[in-house]
Amino acid sequence: MITHEVDNGVYRIKVEGEMTIYHALEHKQALLECLAHCTEMEINLSGVSEMDTSGFQLLVLAKREAARNGRPLRLVEHSPATLEVMDLFNMAAYFGDPVVMTH
Amino acid sequence: MNMDQALQTFLIESRELLQAMEEALLNLESEPDDKEAIGAVFRAAHTIKGSAGLFGLDTIVAFTHVAENVLDKVRSGEVPVNGDLIALLLSAGDHIGALVEQVAAQGVEPDEATRATGDALLQKLKAYLGVAPHSAPVAQPGEMVEHAAALQPSGGGLVGRDTWHISLRFGQDVLKNGMDPLSFIRYLATLGEIVSITTMPDAMPPAEKMDPECCYLGFEMDFRSDADKSMIEGVFEFVRDDCNLRILPPYSRVDEYIQLINDLPEDKVRLGEILINSGAVTQKELDEMLICQTMRAASAESAPPGEDVTPVPPLGEILVQEGMVQKELVDAALGKQKQARESKAQESKFIRVHADKLDDLINLVGELVIASASAALLSQRSRDMMLHEATSTMSRLVEEIRDGALQLRMVQIGETFNRFHRVVRDMSKEIGKEIGLVITGAETELDKTVIEKIGDPLMHLVRNSMDHGIEPAEVRRQRGKPAKGTVRLNAYHESGSIVIEVGDDGGGLNRERILAKALERGLVGPNQSLSDKEIYSLIFEAGFSTADAVTNLSGRGVGMDVVRRNIEALRGMIEIDSEPGAGTTMKIRLPLTLAIIDGFLMGVGSASYVVPLDMVMECIELNEVERQETRERNYINLRGTVLPFIRLRDHFREQGKAGRRENIVVVQYAGQKAGLVVDELMGEFQTVIKPLGKLFGNLKGVSGSTILGSGEVALILDVPALIQRAVNLEAQSVRQDNRAVAVK
Repeated sequence: MITHEVDNGVYRIKVEGEMTIYHALEHKQALLECLAHCTEMEINLSGVSEMDTSGFQLLVLAKREAARNGRPLRLVEHSPATLEVMDLFNMAAYFGDPVVMTH
Repeated sequence: MNMDQALQTFLIESRELLQAMEEALLNLESEPDDKEAIGAVFRAAHTIKGSAGLFGLDTIVAFTHVAENVLDKVRSGEVPVNGDLIALLLSAGDHIGALVEQVAAQGVEPDEATRATGDALLQKLKAYLGVAPHSAPVAQPGEMVEHAAALQPSGGGLVGRDTWHISLRFGQDVLKNGMDPLSFIRYLATLGEIVSITTMPDAMPPAEKMDPECCYLGFEMDFRSDADKSMIEGVFEFVRDDCNLRILPPYSRVDEYIQLINDLPEDKVRLGEILINSGAVTQKELDEMLICQTMRAASAESAPPGEDVTPVPPLGEILVQEGMVQKELVDAALGKQKQARESKAQESKFIRVHADKLDDLINLVGELVIASASAALLSQRSRDMMLHEATSTMSRLVEEIRDGALQLRMVQIGETFNRFHRVVRDMSKEIGKEIGLVITGAETELDKTVIEKIGDPLMHLVRNSMDHGIEPAEVRRQRGKPAKGTVRLNAYHESGSIVIEVGDDGGGLNRERILAKALERGLVGPNQSLSDKEIYSLIFEAGFSTADAVTNLSGRGVGMDVVRRNIEALRGMIEIDSEPGAGTTMKIRLPLTLAIIDGFLMGVGSASYVVPLDMVMECIELNEVERQETRERNYINLRGTVLPFIRLRDHFREQGKAGRRENIVVVQYAGQKAGLVVDELMGEFQTVIKPLGKLFGNLKGVSGSTILGSGEVALILDVPALIQRAVNLEAQSVRQDNRAVAVK
């Protein structure tokens, strides 16, 4: 489930539940949709209960697309599941976001 | 991990998934738009394929892959859901089940018949796909060998350090095949230390072309481990065909790194950075490599100009900076990871236990019950109050343990019932009647061993109801009933037993024809007057199971004697309620458990007998007058109703001295009551049922034995049989009286 609120062109997106292949299509559309309209984007990952490679790829895609269009994209409040994947793939630096514990 | 255990888990999971898949498919039949159900079917197939892949069960993967592709199209709405598709998918599910049983459980190749079915199904499935399924990218197996050979020292000079360099590019289909690169990397990490890892997302196409269900990632890893090359390759065994894997052993030659860089699709400078960063090569070596490469490129004239010799001094510094940022992140992540693991442990509330272990436990509890009965008896005799108190506390606890242990084996009957959705569906198609199934009481629990054995008899009864019970649609309409017939499955608890009902709203049994048939077969005499129930139960007689009885009679009777035998083997009984034109209900009555019961202990002469406590209604002491009366006839007047009884002393030819007093124990089963006349009432007794040997198989009136605290053996009475006997005796004597009157 992806929800978002808009604050002066800044899209604050919240992903809830699994970020896995079962939702990949739906998530991709939602993310790209937001990317197309935003001036700045923030993805809140605190609600992500599970992440697999496809979910992670979408974050990479979003980051890349945002960079291509010159729009800042931040990942915030990484959930444990997200952090584990980031760590395993050693990609925290790629996103360059400070990691803050949510709990 | 122990592969055998893992395989067992796979088997259990697959069966459950197939079950879920079947249920979802049946749901889809009534609600074709149910997105949840489509998702469930897809997930089941997807997961089975993935797990089968992990075990290298290629036959299962190959078949399931096609089924999954079709399901994917269903999910995306490209293929509409209709009856044909559901039928096909159900058969596909069955076929996967057959493959799992043969290939995974027995470890054999599928037999001819299965393979033929599989091929036929594949044809049909592929018709939905329209095009031939694309083949996965295939890695060249030759590569590994080549590198292994290159281990020979040669002029290129050794570089790097004590780490393996693993270069991995996943094929796009791995995710769809149910495999996640994450799990391979996690697994690799168990074999050694991943010194560094760089994720290469470069292969990801532009957003609009990117398929979120494809994998575009590649990895460059440095891995320190004592494992040998084949072990490292083994990690990726299951994706071997689906990925491009290169492994460079520690201290590989510069040449090989150059070869690697050249072979990989990503930008060469970037790859160089990664190698430096990971420490596999040094800056100097890299420069050399790049020069080498330029020279080769120049000689081959194939590389595009501009990307070759770009010395890279600043990059290293940047990477080091990144490395520092990274370290903090990793530490934070590790902390989080640990927390996640702890909360996960709390979430898993179920454990799987092998059924044998439970059986062992129940056996032990049985022995414990006997031992504690013996202790209780001794303490009673010793007249030591303290000891008595201690043993009675223990007895109570033993009782609780017994109930708890038995509870562990209790299973809801719903799962067994749900299987019939499919049976009813398939069979109604087969015989061309429209029939629905209604299930109630699915949450009723009973012993696992009973559930396992009840499946076949139920199947028989349901098929019978559908085939012979429910009339064809025209007849139903003429009789003013809805054209669609209904079969009901119901379960509930009743006085220590469970009742399972199989009902239909069909034509009911034809009393006259059954009676005529029974007379013809000599099952009843011409003068016998029988109640409706007795007549209906004739269809369970062996004589009714012949083929011509099926055609002549309104149909019922195919192997019904087998059904009854099976149920009686479970200490149960079956009876029939039938109303002409309105339907038939078969009631199966089974004991809740087969192992330990609460019994009621009675003494006759020197022997002891036990009846299940749940069946005991009341105990009455017979006074002298009544005792005289009961000598002459075999019924008494119990508060205005006739109660037939059996004198156990006579029934079992007990020789011992008659007691001063006699008691009558009123027992009830299946709505019938009878009395058992005994000498002594000895009270409640936890009874561990021990089966009688084969020798006593035909013994009427006794269903088992148990061991008393004193070490003596007591027989457990078969109450249903005794009641039947008492009622019959009484009916006979009534008939004789009638005849005597008629003669006069």
